[in-house]
Amino acid sequence: MGSKTATEAQKYVWEGAIPLQIHLHESEVTTLPSPSPALILAPRIGYLPLLVPQIKPFFSSTLPPGSDTVWFEYQGLPLKWYIPTGVLYDLLCAEPERPWNLTVHFRGYPGNILTPCEGEDSVKWSFINSLKEAAYIVNGNCKNVMNMSQSDQSELWRSVLNGNLEAYIRVSSKLKLGLGGDDFSIKLNTSSLKYRQSAADAEASATIKAGKCFTLGDAVKALLPELFPDKSLPNDSMSLPQVEDGEGSALEEASDTGSARSPEDTGELVRECQDSCSLSETADVKLIRIQGIEPKLEIPFAWVVNNLMNPEHFLHISVYVRVQEPITV
Amino acid sequence: MATLSNQGKIDISCWDGTISQHEFHTAASAFAERWNKFNAALPQCSWVARPKSPYLSSTSKDEGYLSVENVIMFPTPAAESCYGGDDKEGEEELSCSRSQEDDFIDGATMLQNHDDASHHYDFHVVYNASYRVPVLYFRAYCSDGRTLVLDDVEKSIPAISAKLLMLSKWTFITQEDHPYLNCPWYTLHPCGTSEWMKMLFSHEPAVDDGGVAVAKYLVSWFSVAGQVFGLKIPFEMLSSIGN
Repeated sequence: MGSKTATEAQKYVWEGAIPLQIHLHESEVTTLPSPSPALILAPRIGYLPLLVPQIKPFFSSTLPPGSDTVWFEYQGLPLKWYIPTGVLYDLLCAEPERPWNLTVHFRGYPGNILTPCEGEDSVKWSFINSLKEAAYIVNGNCKNVMNMSQSDQSELWRSVLNGNLEAYIRVSSKLKLGLGGDDFSIKLNTSSLKYRQSAADAEASATIKAGKCFTLGDAVKALLPELFPDKSLPNDSMSLPQVEDGEGSALEEASDTGSARSPEDTGELVRECQDSCSLSETADVKLIRIQGIEPKLEIPFAWVVNNLMNPEHFLHISVYVRVQEPITV
Repeated sequence: MATLSNQGKIDISCWDGTISQHEFHTAASAFAERWNKFNAALPQCSWVARPKSPYLSSTSKDEGYLSVENVIMFPTPAAESCYGGDDKEGEEELSCSRSQEDDFIDGATMLQNHDDASHHYDFHVVYNASYRVPVLYFRAYCSDGRTLVLDDVEKSIPAISAKLLMLSKWTFITQEDHPYLNCPWYTLHPCGTSEWMKMLFSHEPAVDDGGVAVAKYLVSWFSVAGQVFGLKIPFEMLSSIGN
């Protein structure tokens, strides 16, 4: 977000929230009647552990003795706490569930499944780390983030905590994670799909060598070529482990079969297609969701990135893939 | 595993210390072959291909990680009593260790305290596409399978390394989700790797065509990263590349 004022879309994203209905896990209910679930509005760009201070009062009188190690689950799936709430929701709820029913645990942290989380500090560390990673991808180093003053870093984090977009823009623009512009080009020699910023071309409308705008659809196809069998890539040896933009976002894709049985499969989808990708006959893309919306694939990718990315400068794309089950006889 | 290839050179005059996924694969093949050849005392090193997902039809053959599992280390007694200190001072420098000896494991970690159970380590070397460098992931457990916490881990790594962990800005241990196995593993944070790799290679003699073999990358990388655990690279592993 290199602009000094927020766009309407950015405001919309920052104001986005998910209504949660949070149930205490039955094994931790020590009183009768069991407590009512907590109803909480969770910011999309926030993180579940940050809600614990709001949630705890609903349940503190009924918890068993012991110290708190809070974790959340959805239909038996422990939720990774470092993933923004909105992304978890977009990924795990094929049909948006309102309110979203989650279960909270205050005991028995599953250390073999979830990395440790000690409250706000852990979330802040994870956020700064992601920001550093984004900075590294864009600039080749994370000096700008490492050199932030303590007060700037605090202010940046507080702006995310409080959902204060103006404050966020004020601090983050100092990081210079991109200047804007619409040019996208695919660098064939290096391993990145890089959004080249050019100060001189800042006024240029979106163009690339083909004279067409680089769209969201183009980006998704570049990252998941095997799911688009009818569109062959111009160059099969193109290397595409990362997508970035001139505003300084890295691309993170999360994909799921859309079935509640599948484990959460988030992570950066990185591939270097040295071989030509064989066509998939068993899977195709059903849905692409970003910040709770299904943007048209024709939208210029630059717009999507600039307006829909998360505060740590990552754009999270949730992809639903329909899989054909093999027929067994 | 792909056949060993010494093709692929790095022009160190304008290099930022990073490698591509494909170069990682090349370097990994070279590393694994030489590890298995020269490190008979340690478990074998193998390349594990990225698990194929049920709904994506193809994965690049380059995707995967190196695995060395069940390395046994013994927890050291309190650091002060274990290390005379002086002869180990040299190891504080994190330069490429070209041990002339055949000791692959820091002698101190082999001191057995018969009362303590041994500690077992699994090491995975995974390519990080954001930082474009290899990253070391490890997990530690007792012989009875119980996972070790970080405090226990620090008991079995050389005391010098423990100091390094605290002092060094780039060898610090955190817990992250393993990129392929998707569960918590300990890891050495990658953000300084490109800098010290660049430094390491700046001391390498360039081969005739002006570059340093990519195949050398992981061996050099491990000569530093492995030191955290007292695992040294035998001289043969380094010298055999590029000949």
